[in-house]
Amino acid sequence: MSNVFIIFQTNEDTRNIVEAILQDNDAASVNEQPAMVRIDSPGMLRIRRETVEDKMGRDFDLQELHVNLISLSGNINETDDEFSLSWKH
Amino acid sequence: MDMKVKQKLGLKERYALMTRGLDWQTTYQPMDAVFPYDKFEGIKIHDWDKWEDPFRLTMEAYWKYQAEKERKLYAIIDAFNQNNGHLGVTDARYINALKIFITAVTPLEYMAHRAYSHVGRQFRGAGARVACQMQAIDELRHFQTQIHSMSNYNKHYNGFHDYRHMNDRVWYLSVPKSFGEDAFTAGPFEFLTSISFSFEYVLTNLLFVPFISGAAYNGDMAATTFGFSAQSDEARHMTLGLEIIKFMLEQDPDNLPIVQRWIDKWTWRGIRLLSIVAMMMDYMLPKRVMSWKESWELYFEESVGALFKDLARYGITVPACWAQTKIEKEHVSHQTWATFYQYGAAAGFHTWLPGKEELDWLSEKYPDTFDQYYRPRLEYWAEQAAEGKRFYSKTLPMLCQVCQIPMFFTEPDDPTKICYRETDYNGDKYHTCSDGCKHVFDNEPEKYVQAWLPVQQIYQGNCFNPGVDPTAEGFDPLAAVLDYYHIVSGRDNLDFDGSEDQKNFDVWRQTAKNNT
Amino acid sequence: MTVIAIKPYVGEVRDRVENFHGNQLLFIGWEDHLFFASPYAFPFPPAMRFGDVLEQVLPGTYGVHPDWSKVDWDQAQWFKSGQPWVPDVNKSLAENGLKHKDVIRFRTPGLTGIKGSFS
Repeated sequence: MSNVFIIFQTNEDTRNIVEAILQDNDAASVNEQPAMVRIDSPGMLRIRRETVEDKMGRDFDLQELHVNLISLSGNINETDDEFSLSWKH
Repeated sequence: MDMKVKQKLGLKERYALMTRGLDWQTTYQPMDAVFPYDKFEGIKIHDWDKWEDPFRLTMEAYWKYQAEKERKLYAIIDAFNQNNGHLGVTDARYINALKIFITAVTPLEYMAHRAYSHVGRQFRGAGARVACQMQAIDELRHFQTQIHSMSNYNKHYNGFHDYRHMNDRVWYLSVPKSFGEDAFTAGPFEFLTSISFSFEYVLTNLLFVPFISGAAYNGDMAATTFGFSAQSDEARHMTLGLEIIKFMLEQDPDNLPIVQRWIDKWTWRGIRLLSIVAMMMDYMLPKRVMSWKESWELYFEESVGALFKDLARYGITVPACWAQTKIEKEHVSHQTWATFYQYGAAAGFHTWLPGKEELDWLSEKYPDTFDQYYRPRLEYWAEQAAEGKRFYSKTLPMLCQVCQIPMFFTEPDDPTKICYRETDYNGDKYHTCSDGCKHVFDNEPEKYVQAWLPVQQIYQGNCFNPGVDPTAEGFDPLAAVLDYYHIVSGRDNLDFDGSEDQKNFDVWRQTAKNNT
Repeated sequence: MTVIAIKPYVGEVRDRVENFHGNQLLFIGWEDHLFFASPYAFPFPPAMRFGDVLEQVLPGTYGVHPDWSKVDWDQAQWFKSGQPWVPDVNKSLAENGLKHKDVIRFRTPGLTGIKGSFS
């Protein structure tokens, strides 16, 4: 199964988002490069609003991802509670 | 008391309310007269409501998050400028990559803004129209933020002063300019395939991710900020690119061969355009994050490979150039830099030869090609330069009719032979640098015979200022062409060593350390 | 298909020979010498003697290369549009059959560039 990836700018907001992703995606791996952090995951990667809110200690709208997003791959599925990337249909 | 709970609308419903039902069937005029451009390409659409936007960003959310991005960006740029951040970059050689950026990429952003506005008007489906409208605003934002970010460099360094004028005239800038014009003069479906899919989804990661990360590594927070801020929009643009492909393929089986031809064409055209980014990665970053070849393997072979595996269910195959790009990743940065080095008198930025450590890095990153084909040339040029015989090519190069790049690419099966391809059309010969560019020409020759090739234009006498007499005694054609380009010879061009930029940077950096 | 557009059109050929003030373009490449980034473009009058190109023009273009002084024109192999071709140095470009935007290359056997790197 091919990887999907998502890349964020490195900052305080994304530190929490990355932690949430790692908690919810067992197979995900992190690759840090200057000013950016890249997360790869085989086949599927999900970002759950609840987990991010736990990490941040505040309400989080998944569309806030746009502010710090650099790039991604895969097919997107987006609801109020979960944002996922996958190569599934 | 009965509580009446008002259910908040979900994301998908909110988005549907914004993008569906806003359009209507026209009655005073036939639909085909109102939307005249979305059929001639041969793409068949049966149900526009099947259009699915993966990012369901409402206008309200769009303005909110874009405003937040802007506040962050300008806060960082202000801080960078107030602290003389330009003196914190590793080496002023790096700043030459920004000169290429503002002259080559920034005007393309503006052209893209116009093109998305135009195309957004031409689709009869409202979902596609809304997506194009948002992207048109994004492209204008990228254009503006790039100018604002780089204007501070313009106060201190040469070569930034007339990027717009140069974009229409300077020989190597005809490469990005003609790429954009080719896309923007196509029909609306080909346009979205070219820019939204082939460029944004398949290729822009290579510019905006490893190169911009490299800018951060070299201390340039201004470029890092505009680059990543732009790329945060690209993530949304990429999904538009993927959606247009899926939408066309799901609507009618007859669309497949047309879409495949566009994917082949635009992936190839984009790859040729990225030759200059390859050179920026390998030769213009004093501190390097990864080589061009490594970036290529990560962001093209691996990521794009996964994408095409996914698209295979529609019958789409990897772009026709796939095998050739695996070979060219070993060569293209070296071939491009060698070209700019020898035409460094006619460029709007400085060139140089890599130092010993940089040569060793290239040898290590390109073990199969660099020592054999490229290092001897660079070392010989260094010896010659040390003897006061710096090599400049004085004759104009032969250009490819399609990508407009000098014909420096080698045969896929033999890196010692220049790749020549030609087509006879209406009694004239047309030359291309590759099978990819030849296919593009042969498919639509009437479009590409119109190419404004800078070398041919110079020889026709069209690249001198008004009133210049090329028959006058002592006429210096290079000087006249540089005047026409608004490149100040001896200041904006030639070697970095000994340039005003180099001297100023050294002096300013010194004064940043102490009071004298 | 030569035109994909909302209506047929004829493209303006921007580098047709009439635009070159009596000259025609000739593209020339030196095989095995990638030191010179690409083949070169030259505007020449069709009546120009082919030998004058070799004797008067090319030294100014290629002379900086250490192999140039070793070139033996009697041994040189010529190609036109990639096919073997034999020019007559005493005839003009036109008499040699060279037309606007033709591409010719020459190979100088035994000369393989800086340290044999084909540059």
